[in-house]
Amino acid sequence: MKEIGFPRRTGATIATIAAIATACALLAASPALAQQGKLKVGLMLPYTGTYAALGNAITNGFKLAIAENGGKLGGRDIEYFTVDDESDPAKAPENINKLIKRDNVDVVVGTVHSGVALAMAKVARDTKALLVIPNAGADEITGPLCSENVFRTSFSNSQMGIAMGKVMADQKKKTAVTITWKYAAGEESTGGFKESFEAGGGKVVKELFLPFPQVEFQPLLTEIAALKPDVVYAFFAGGGAVKFVKDYAAAGLNKTIPLVGPGFLTDGTLEAQGDAAQGMLTTLHYTDDLDNPKNKAFKAAFEKAYKAEPDVYAMQGYDAAQLLIVGANAVKGDLTKRAELIKAMEGAKVDSPRGTLSFTKSHNPIHDIYLRKVDGKQNKYVSVAVKQLTDPPRGCKL
Amino acid sequence: MDIHSFLIQLLNGLQYGLLLFLVASGLTLIFGIMGIINLAHGSFYMIGAYMAFSLSALTGSLLTAIVVGIVLSVALGVVLEWALFSHLYKRDHLEQVLLTYGLILVFEELRSLIVGNDVHGVAVPAIFNWSIPLTATLSYPVYRLFMSAVCIVLAVLLYLLISKTRIGMMIRAGASNREMVASLGLNINLVYRLVFALGVALAAFAGMLAAPVSSVYPGMGTSVLIICFVVVVIGGIGSVWGALVASLLIGLADTFGKVLLPEAAGVTVYLLMAAILLWRPEGLFRRV
Repeated sequence: MKEIGFPRRTGATIATIAAIATACALLAASPALAQQGKLKVGLMLPYTGTYAALGNAITNGFKLAIAENGGKLGGRDIEYFTVDDESDPAKAPENINKLIKRDNVDVVVGTVHSGVALAMAKVARDTKALLVIPNAGADEITGPLCSENVFRTSFSNSQMGIAMGKVMADQKKKTAVTITWKYAAGEESTGGFKESFEAGGGKVVKELFLPFPQVEFQPLLTEIAALKPDVVYAFFAGGGAVKFVKDYAAAGLNKTIPLVGPGFLTDGTLEAQGDAAQGMLTTLHYTDDLDNPKNKAFKAAFEKAYKAEPDVYAMQGYDAAQLLIVGANAVKGDLTKRAELIKAMEGAKVDSPRGTLSFTKSHNPIHDIYLRKVDGKQNKYVSVAVKQLTDPPRGCKL
Repeated sequence: MDIHSFLIQLLNGLQYGLLLFLVASGLTLIFGIMGIINLAHGSFYMIGAYMAFSLSALTGSLLTAIVVGIVLSVALGVVLEWALFSHLYKRDHLEQVLLTYGLILVFEELRSLIVGNDVHGVAVPAIFNWSIPLTATLSYPVYRLFMSAVCIVLAVLLYLLISKTRIGMMIRAGASNREMVASLGLNINLVYRLVFALGVALAAFAGMLAAPVSSVYPGMGTSVLIICFVVVVIGGIGSVWGALVASLLIGLADTFGKVLLPEAAGVTVYLLMAAILLWRPEGLFRRV
């Protein structure tokens, strides 16, 4: 080495610089390659914080459907761009803009938290980016804020309330009390219950609220005991759902006044709720033991791929991919043919693990809502609460 | 509201207030007496609740879990004081805020790594797992009454410790003039280490005791943090009786706020705090 005249270190430095330069050149060339070849999918989901498990379940479900489709969308290979949205609405516009403007993704999939999803829907509406929402249930997204390039494969908050209100009215319950945190998701859910329960001849005698995320329920339980309604409809989630169900039972109210709610009251929380939740009725667009061939195949494939049981969130992620597959196939992978793509997605009849899934004019799911009963550590299927529930557009102009 | 409902709501308010006192009592020591702004107080509460969950699953008994948990939390308090907090007594409040805020993040992440992000329940011990019927539809869980009793006992013990014992005298002396106490030949560093450990243990004990009724979930520490500071500030910095009275006032205000003014339920507690601070800027029972 010495005869060449370069000290060893310089030689190494030059080699490094050359390597870096080559890498840079390759990087610079890659977007051009990608545009012809790979289809870019942006996943904007919570991968840290309270909702991390939901974000991962959705991602796994999504990737499972893609894998079953040969790893492709509309015949094109896929490149994933992932952003952790941290369930923080304040960072949402910046995060989704990163995917749309910097990474140039062809479609964005996200997210769990309704506040974040609302911000994403606004950006998608302005930039015309294709957005598929695999969880967030805020009614507004497919209501006044709807736009032709935004689809939802999960549910809207009021749907579960509408279904349960109808079931309770059919059971000839006369009076009801609703209770929830004072925030959008809760008010939409209990609002849906009130709407259909009163349409069916019942009367909501009182709507109780407490500030989010307080969990001191005792004063409100005392009020429920004094009001003595025929049924109580509650919307809480996570730790609040566990505590409410346990407090309700500890106060002895469950002996005389049945407690019902959307599926989220008893989904993923039964372990912690234990005996307190036994026999509770809830409504949701999915149950684990749903008896159809697609659900059995989905559960088997998911368990094989991830060594874990799928939940409702994994199912929603799976359907987000299924809907995109329908759209991408119709335009042979060229997602720039927007009018054809949206037409195909609007007309899609997705064979979902939940049953048939299609879409309203405002791109909200039309699906069966099931009545489920808590039995042991499981939410068991009871019956179809409402067949192919189609909620009103609520201010969407599509 | 008839007289029945009123009495039950009164019970609800007092019972919630006593629980608040239990959670805030540790902060009364650390913030009120030692003068350290400890934002990680909620994390100690959270650690307690998670210890109740894991240890009771391990040992099969909540009581054993609480005993082991108290030993562990005292040890945690001693280590934290020795490694981190002992360097902060002479620094300004901003640095205390930064350190303790950092601790919140560290503890939350550790919790997520060790136990995960699921919601867990802790079973109520069998002897307390029954209810007293109050009306035809409503009954009162005995475990809640048991918690209230524990809180009252603890309040009395804490008061006696601070006001009537020699160690309490040293604590109070150290709080008003550290250097003087040290120059009188007392080992003030050791006293502070013990007080800090006691504060941590109280918060963890509150978490363990409350775990069966509150359940165990991520972020549970931050939910009690603010209300603890409100208790200490209303009660008057450093006063155990003040903290007790403040807790009861807040419990009642919150309960009746939820029932009578549901639209303003989120602010009743803070309105109470504002009113009391306007009337007595030093809090209800500030020592002079």
